[in-house]
Amino acid sequence: MNKIILIIKREYLTRVKKKSFIIMTFFGPVLMGLLLIVPVWLAQVSDEVRTIEVIDDSHLFANRIADKETIKFDYKASTSLEEAKAGFEKSSYYGILYIPELVINDPNSVMFFSRKQASFLVTIHIQSSLESELTRIFLSTEKIDPEILETVKAHSNVKLNTINISEEGKEKKGSTELSMALGMFGAVLVYFLIFMYGTQVLRGVIEEKTNRIIEIMISSVKPFQLMMGKIIGVALVGVTQFILWIVLTSVVSGVIGKSIPDKYSSNNIQQVLKNKSELGDPAKLDKASDMVEMIEAAKQVDFKVMGLAALFFFIGGYFLYSALFAAVGAAIDNEADSQQFMLPITIPLILSFMMAQFIIENPESPVAFWFSIFPLTSPVVMMVRIPFGVPMWQFALSATLLVMGFIAATWFAARIYRVGILMYGKKVTYKELWKWFRYSI
Amino acid sequence: MDFLFSAQNITKRYANHLALDDVSIDIPHQKVFGLLGPNGAGKTSLIRIINQITAPDSGALFFEGEKLSPKHIAYIGYLPEERGLYKKMKVGEQALYLAQLKGLSEKLATERIRYWFEKFEIKDWWNKKVEDLSKGMQQKIQFIVTILHEPKLLILDEPFSGFDPINANLLVKEILELKEKGSTIMLSTHNMESVEELCDHIVLINKSKKILDGTVQDIRQANKTHVYEINFKGNLIAFTNALWTQFKLIESKEEHGLLKAKVQLLNNATPNQLLQTILPHVEIHSFQELLPSMKEIFISKTKEVQSSMLASSN
Repeated sequence: MNKIILIIKREYLTRVKKKSFIIMTFFGPVLMGLLLIVPVWLAQVSDEVRTIEVIDDSHLFANRIADKETIKFDYKASTSLEEAKAGFEKSSYYGILYIPELVINDPNSVMFFSRKQASFLVTIHIQSSLESELTRIFLSTEKIDPEILETVKAHSNVKLNTINISEEGKEKKGSTELSMALGMFGAVLVYFLIFMYGTQVLRGVIEEKTNRIIEIMISSVKPFQLMMGKIIGVALVGVTQFILWIVLTSVVSGVIGKSIPDKYSSNNIQQVLKNKSELGDPAKLDKASDMVEMIEAAKQVDFKVMGLAALFFFIGGYFLYSALFAAVGAAIDNEADSQQFMLPITIPLILSFMMAQFIIENPESPVAFWFSIFPLTSPVVMMVRIPFGVPMWQFALSATLLVMGFIAATWFAARIYRVGILMYGKKVTYKELWKWFRYSI
Repeated sequence: MDFLFSAQNITKRYANHLALDDVSIDIPHQKVFGLLGPNGAGKTSLIRIINQITAPDSGALFFEGEKLSPKHIAYIGYLPEERGLYKKMKVGEQALYLAQLKGLSEKLATERIRYWFEKFEIKDWWNKKVEDLSKGMQQKIQFIVTILHEPKLLILDEPFSGFDPINANLLVKEILELKEKGSTIMLSTHNMESVEELCDHIVLINKSKKILDGTVQDIRQANKTHVYEINFKGNLIAFTNALWTQFKLIESKEEHGLLKAKVQLLNNATPNQLLQTILPHVEIHSFQELLPSMKEIFISKTKEVQSSMLASSN
């Protein structure tokens, strides 16, 4: 037992002291921080003003398309499209918007000319402006007051409130969007971590083989101890990195949080919401209330239980897979040969990740159930299901099967490992592996 | 009799070949025990069984009379033929780690490593990474690591490979010193000169079977071919004519004004009879029996088995 602790210690320390670990640990949160900052920053940075030349043959839209901070419109009443096109090359215009005379009859006839593919921001702004202007025109020809329409819209907008009733009869406000986001995030994380740390175990085993230290090692310790020491050591590296990431990320995001105006806090949004509802802007109201609901629902999520369950399935999945990775590492001489044996390991992992995207839309389906019970797929698929709530018995069944799967995988891997680590220079086949498996030692 | 290590009737079968066929060895205390055999004879299989890396299919193993068990790992030091170290680890840390895995406390291990590093004049290597050392330097570290826990039984598999003659001599000196201090050494090698130089007792394994077992002296005596070397002055023709049918001249040559002849005794002739026969004809300067070298015995014995196997298969 003492020896396995020594092995864990070595496996842990050599990895934690590596430059790549330190870089990843510090760079990870910075990267995540950047992912948060950059879009906000980019949105704040006002890029150059784009001026668009408008050739309006219908004469309906003069000054009806609102200028924005970065998009300006220049209405040319007397120029024809041909003239504008001819002069375009030398002009500083970003693009030419051409509205034909009969736009009322054919709204799809509007054209936009630009040097490069027009930016999304520009096209979306033009489209919505034209749309609302056309709507107004049609309403007025039909003699409908636009304000009536706004009222109708505001009163007929349905937003479903999802409420989860727990077993004790308590009601909790839920948010499908939030559950989906959490589920997907968990699935991606577990998938990524299992691959990342499983590969580290694989590399570690191959390293010992190619270094030829393996025989020295197993004259002192049992192959099983060596294998488990490595798996646990690498797991601890993962946990360390994870904890450091959380700490560093919260520090980084704390700093960012202060530097960004408190626009998106729940109170603020509610305030905005009130103002908006007074002004009556149903579209914005809708968006804002969505966010409030997400935040409300997030408050209701039991992160402790979810976190623990997620941790369990991550660790269980990691142990299950890394044992298999260790067996593969023992069977081959260098990483380039790993492909043929990696496939059966990676297929269930990739499959479960692919299935996660369907399961997230229907977390109660039989497919979701079976994939979240089967040990090779449950770690990833359970992540998807947890935020939607999983019945206790399914949890227990899946967890039990995962533990059993882990024990079986370790037993299987250990039998291959103890033979494989002493084999060199042989191209191993599945038949050969089966032989090793049945060897008595 | 009481041995440090004893293996009885060991048989080990891998999927499609027999690695060891009913092999028994007894390693006496405080001796250098040579385990010899051509490649693929089963030496490594036997060594791995002694190290409890694998278990035999049948047979019994005893360490100091006790049934071999995991606790004996601490009493055995093993330098495998295929040996290496963690490349990215520092030399000192690595030695410490491997010593602790053999059951030494951190303090004791550090002390002993310092002692040996000083003795081998490699003190300043402590913080070097293994990958920065030459192969010969790594071999030194590996040897030190093998003996740090002062094993009662030291198993060295091809210890001289990778050593230059100077370091090989250093190694021979260390092996003999360890023997003096009470260790028993099992040496597996193809280097027959080092066998004659170092080994007290040998076992020869060929094709999974033990074919020779005994002290080096006994084996050379038992395998002697009754050849004598005579240095003399005189007429070679007279010398040749004097030899009867009981004696056979194998070779002769002239060296520094002396004639040198190798004569084999036939039909139970004695050396005295040979001397009497040639005494009247030449002036004898020296007369001595030629014992076969271990190399000759090794080659002839392994060939014998091969030819007898060929014969039986025909």
